[in-house]
Amino acid sequence: MTAADVLLLGLGAVAVGSALLVVTTKHLVRAGLYLVVCLGAMAGLYLVLTAELVAWVQVLIYVGAVVVLLLFAVMLTRAPIGASDDLDRPGWPAVLVGGGAGLGLAALLVDAFRWTTVDLPEAGTAERLGSDIFGSWVLPFEVLSVLLLAALVGAIVISRPDIGADRRDAWPGADRRDPGAGADRRDAGAGAGADRRGAGADR
Amino acid sequence: MRPVIPYVTAALLFGIGVYGVLRRRNAVLLLMSVELMLNAVNLILVTADTTVRAALPHTGQVFALFVIVIAAAEVGVGLAIVLQLYRLRASVAVDEVPLERIDA
Repeated sequence: MTAADVLLLGLGAVAVGSALLVVTTKHLVRAGLYLVVCLGAMAGLYLVLTAELVAWVQVLIYVGAVVVLLLFAVMLTRAPIGASDDLDRPGWPAVLVGGGAGLGLAALLVDAFRWTTVDLPEAGTAERLGSDIFGSWVLPFEVLSVLLLAALVGAIVISRPDIGADRRDAWPGADRRDPGAGADRRDAGAGAGADRRGAGADR
Repeated sequence: MRPVIPYVTAALLFGIGVYGVLRRRNAVLLLMSVELMLNAVNLILVTADTTVRAALPHTGQVFALFVIVIAAAEVGVGLAIVLQLYRLRASVAVDEVPLERIDA
């Protein structure tokens, strides 16, 4: 057991433990904060594995941006503060499938690698990784930028009710918030518009 | 360095993510579980990059960066969908979402 092994074991235990808390906790906000711990431990694992740039990108994008977005979603969906009891489905299938996938993959990998030792390579700096990305992988990089733009436009189109088709008719019970508006949908255009403005304003 | 340690960590994280996706009802918690699964895949990629000698060096790390970017896009669109769902239904429980379209 070298120092790298000890670090990998400790950080891996932190990551797995906090991931377990993410999927079992009763508090929505705490799930997001445990996710921060898990992703931070993953960044530490990347650092030990000499993937320095990936570790910092993980901290920047996951811990910095993705978790903040998830917490925004928790707040915007008016999640209750404190424990909520209706977060889980009854879950023997989940235990079976999840445990089977995790333990099966773990057994497969243990069987493949046993207790072998590999020398860590010298740390991959951002300079070498950057020359790889802009050398061998420049086309996927450009495609990814187009994908990001498409995701941005898609998110805007989805979240603005005044663009695109009227989606209220597609949902049975879509007018649950004010049952009166559902009485006559055909000529409720002005009323529905006012309702949507109200819904947009309280976001 | 024993490569089996990060590999087993990644496998367990993936299993936990699958469990979370199947178990949770809240759509935001579902997205968090998906993030766990994506991170497990990233850990596999980075570990393979340091332990396997490849023709192109650092390919695993480049792929991990690409997966992180795709995960960011996925979270953006996913949260837009979740917020629209909340606006329509006043609830984000995924097992209350009707899958059939009803003609009015």
